[in-house]
Amino acid sequence: MNRTAISGILLSFLLVLAPLILLASDSQPSGEGNLIDTPEEINDYIVHHLQDSHDFTLYTDGETGHHIGFPLPVILWDDGLKVFSSSRFHHGETVAEVDGNYYSLYHSKIYKTNANGDLDLDEAGHSHNARPLDFSITKSVLGMLIAGILLVWGFGSLAKSYKKGPLPTGLGRVLEPLVIYVRDDIAKPNIGEKKHRKFMGFLLTAFFYIWVLNLMGMTPLGFNVTGQIAVTVCLAAFTFFITQFSGNKSYWGHIFWMPGIPIPMKILLIPVEILGMFTKPFALLIRLFANMTAGHFVVMSLIALMITMKAQFGVVASTGIAFFLAFFISLIELLVAFLQAYIFTMLSALFIGMAVADHDDH
Amino acid sequence: MEQLINDFSPGLFFMQILIFVLILFLLIKFAWRPILESLKIREESIQDALNSAEKAKEEMATLQADNKKLLDEARKERDQILNDARGIANSIKEEAKEDATKQAEKMIEDAKKAINTEKQAALTEVKTKVAELSLQITEKVLRKELKDSKAQKALIEDFIKDVNLS
Repeated sequence: MNRTAISGILLSFLLVLAPLILLASDSQPSGEGNLIDTPEEINDYIVHHLQDSHDFTLYTDGETGHHIGFPLPVILWDDGLKVFSSSRFHHGETVAEVDGNYYSLYHSKIYKTNANGDLDLDEAGHSHNARPLDFSITKSVLGMLIAGILLVWGFGSLAKSYKKGPLPTGLGRVLEPLVIYVRDDIAKPNIGEKKHRKFMGFLLTAFFYIWVLNLMGMTPLGFNVTGQIAVTVCLAAFTFFITQFSGNKSYWGHIFWMPGIPIPMKILLIPVEILGMFTKPFALLIRLFANMTAGHFVVMSLIALMITMKAQFGVVASTGIAFFLAFFISLIELLVAFLQAYIFTMLSALFIGMAVADHDDH
Repeated sequence: MEQLINDFSPGLFFMQILIFVLILFLLIKFAWRPILESLKIREESIQDALNSAEKAKEEMATLQADNKKLLDEARKERDQILNDARGIANSIKEEAKEDATKQAEKMIEDAKKAINTEKQAALTEVKTKVAELSLQITEKVLRKELKDSKAQKALIEDFIKDVNLS
């Protein structure tokens, strides 16, 4: 009872606060000295938010162009390690000069340019300038680090609480059922009672990492880590390699010599099965990326209704409509945040389970 | 798709690998292993407790069944003993009755025999006595009758007369 009460309070707290603060911060326009009030500008703003960022901006004053936030370290590999603060870019407005090289920010990416910051753009708006390898502590990397610290702190404290007694106290009471949930409802049914233990570390970490990052995306801090394609590619790659490396004889047998069918079919199925090895994790990475990106897009678009519909409905009505729509879609997004973490972990467990299963029934 | 590839940042990918591996390692070492271990121990102890409770229940049930069986057996045995006792008592009674009857019959028989013997003895004695008396009387009569030779002659003549000399 106590456990449900605590999680209930936490959840309602998140539910009520997240959209409110989103309204307060994300709807504040940023830009070069003028308010964002046209659909194009709003779209640009949303796309900009969905991308990774080299500084952490909480609020931008539209009138003065003054940013409130803090710069993040930029780490480049361009014939040697280059470390400098992202404040040198002045939010993409200036070219940063480091050791005689010039770098400029364009659409949240760092390009090597000349002293004037000239970019060689094609018709689609892509730059052909050289891109140095960018290991910066970007906003997403910061988000990952925060998520990592939260996870290690939270679950570390849960692990420690077992030394005092068999039942966890405090935060552990909320976290323990989640761990049991992942073990009993995700790992065991898909991988099996005997073999699941080996993969629990990855599954638990992936589940809570994705969930926490998704939830962090719901806060007005504006993280969009799980909406970065590089992040989901990486997570799916983990699932892919774990699946392939734990695949047993029967797994490879089913890929290269499907049992129980005529030989021409066997040969025909080999490329299909090999393709299947890659499409499974590919579906994982696209699903997570698309869901989180779409979620952010929808929430921000609904908040932006406040501005786009101001002319038709007036300030109060448009704000009201935007608030209610954004509020309810935020509720759905909270569910999606959990659901995507669940689906990613569940499907990872399923793929691993298929790779380690003994096909005794054939 | 082109947009996606363009958005892909190798640096972020690398950082994500680095951080994820780090988190994975830290969590496995400091969280998942002890947590799962503790959960397993706790669940096993709960399972053990449940099992032993179940066992105790079963034992209780068998004990009760045993008790019931014992009670039934005892009851049966009691009935058996009672029946036996009743039977024995009856047979003893029968025997006693039979014995008594036999005894009585024997006594009657003996008594009859004794009476007979006594009767025979008594009869014999009476006969002897009667014979003796008869002899004595005869003697006396004869002595008196044959005191004179005349009378003796007369008697002899009488006998001779009766004797048929044919």
